[in-house]
Amino acid sequence: MILTLAFRNLFHDRIRLAVTLVGILFSIVLVAIQLGMYLGSSQMITAMIQRSNSDLWITAFGAKSFEEGGILLSTRERHQALATPGVKAVIPLVVAFAEWRKPEGGSTRVVLVGTDAEDGALEPWSLVSGTWQDIKSPDAISADDTYFRELGINGLGDTAQIAMGRVKVKALTHRIRSFTQSPYVFTTLSRARSLLGAESDKATFYLVQLQPGASVEAVRRDLLNRLEGAEVLTKNEFEDRSLRQWLFRTGAGLALIGGALLGILVGTVIVAQTLYSSTKDHLNEFATLRALGSSSGYIYKVILAQAGLSAVIGYLLGILISLGILYISRNTPLPLVMTPGLAGALFGLTLFMSAISAISAIIKVTRIDPATVFNR
Amino acid sequence: MTVPVLEAENVVKELGKGAGKVIALKGVNLELVKGELTLLMGPSGSGKTTLLSILGCILTPTSGIVRVEGEETTDKTPEELAELRRKHIGFIFQSYNLFPTLSALENVRIALDVIGRKGYEAAKRAEEVLHDVGLGKRLKNYPSNLSGGEQQRVAVARAIAASPSVVLADEPTAALDSENGHAVMALLGRIAKEQNRSVLAVTHDPRTLGYADRVVRIEDGLIVGEERRPKGLDAPEIADLTKRRKVNG
Repeated sequence: MILTLAFRNLFHDRIRLAVTLVGILFSIVLVAIQLGMYLGSSQMITAMIQRSNSDLWITAFGAKSFEEGGILLSTRERHQALATPGVKAVIPLVVAFAEWRKPEGGSTRVVLVGTDAEDGALEPWSLVSGTWQDIKSPDAISADDTYFRELGINGLGDTAQIAMGRVKVKALTHRIRSFTQSPYVFTTLSRARSLLGAESDKATFYLVQLQPGASVEAVRRDLLNRLEGAEVLTKNEFEDRSLRQWLFRTGAGLALIGGALLGILVGTVIVAQTLYSSTKDHLNEFATLRALGSSSGYIYKVILAQAGLSAVIGYLLGILISLGILYISRNTPLPLVMTPGLAGALFGLTLFMSAISAISAIIKVTRIDPATVFNR
Repeated sequence: MTVPVLEAENVVKELGKGAGKVIALKGVNLELVKGELTLLMGPSGSGKTTLLSILGCILTPTSGIVRVEGEETTDKTPEELAELRRKHIGFIFQSYNLFPTLSALENVRIALDVIGRKGYEAAKRAEEVLHDVGLGKRLKNYPSNLSGGEQQRVAVARAIAASPSVVLADEPTAALDSENGHAVMALLGRIAKEQNRSVLAVTHDPRTLGYADRVVRIEDGLIVGEERRPKGLDAPEIADLTKRRKVNG
């Protein structure tokens, strides 16, 4: 009967129910978009590090992120790393922002990634046209089809200029997006050095692969002792550092989280307001229940059931709209991400928000005097 | 000797504070026994409803003792008083106080739900008591689709569904026309007799006199008189007699 009464109380006033649902829905959609953008951004920021086949990353001291490592490491560090017990391979990677001059004029910035895929540390994934062999051919690069317009190209065979040299699009990746909005362009290690004007022994990062059974922590300590002016980070640490750089030092993440918090706040206030006024309208019935001998707990359950029902209906509507927005965003430079974990967390958040909203209503019924049943 | 199911012993109730303080009950003694329909009559402001609220464990007395089935209510917490109400007391209100969003059957079921009787057994019991009050064919109707008399009969069914030993009714006929008023009083009389419960109805409706086994009069917070129903007269006759007396008087 608790659910029946809660359901009837809710649906008795459909306009108020609509307001409650709009409140929850607004909140869910706003939080889903903000957190979806946060997750999408996080995935973009950490994709390169996640996709790498490495146990440790050697970076120049103070490297802020994958894109901002500088080209400061030399073969000296590489040899020192290779001489460290437990290390199987040390694979150089060159990464730097570079100017891309469009074929039809104008320019933009790209992130040039120089890698030798044969080394097995990092290679362009989701190649939809061309192969690594094509990228190894003279002047070749791979570009991402999401960024054709920004790059001023139409597809394979188009030419452009990166920093100091001409390049030709010989392979295409699909949806390797960049948080910085500077598209990733892959090429070989030596061509990247040459395009960027870097010395032939220089690298941005060394990706360290360990021998089977070697302790990551022990090798890391050893490497730190041997390398001067360099840092040794685990993949997780480097991901965290990149996230901190792009999401928090730039303020982007704070804006996203702030938006999500605002959504939660607005949703909570709207639901609290409607639950309170619903409880006020049904106060006589709650007083009757009390006079009939119901415990306070019984009445709280009715109110919480009302809040819970609002939460479930509001969540379902909100998540449907969010999934629609997600679908629309899939081909944009900043696609939203929804994971089962986020969907579950949003549901938990909705229930929590509704339960918090019920507090004012519960305080109201706590003060009910059952004697009022005789005054009507 | 008949054991009282509800007793008030020297009950005093003060309402308000300071200059606005009113002594609503000034030392009331009353005992209710099973199988009797008692009417509590008195003018407005005499303390009828206050006494009903105290006997129903809704209000607590300022001083004095109330016992429900021998259990003292003194020093009980609101939750403990609610438990006493759940176990022993059924209420009927002047304006019915039905849940407008629930059907007749659901209105009775919720009273059972409150005491922890749920599911099929509760539905069956609710149906049974609604049949008993003559609403077997109106189970699915909502209060807005029921007449005043029918709504009050739903309220009566709700009050007796959990088989309380005491039924307290606050002006049960006040909002009803003559026919429905008589029907409801007859029903309360039957509940007292056939189901062996104690029924106390607060009223100032003279039409109800004929149904009473006992009439208690209260004025200015004190019980000022008590009379037993004359035996051998049926209810409508007594009601008519009362009417004639009033006209003649």
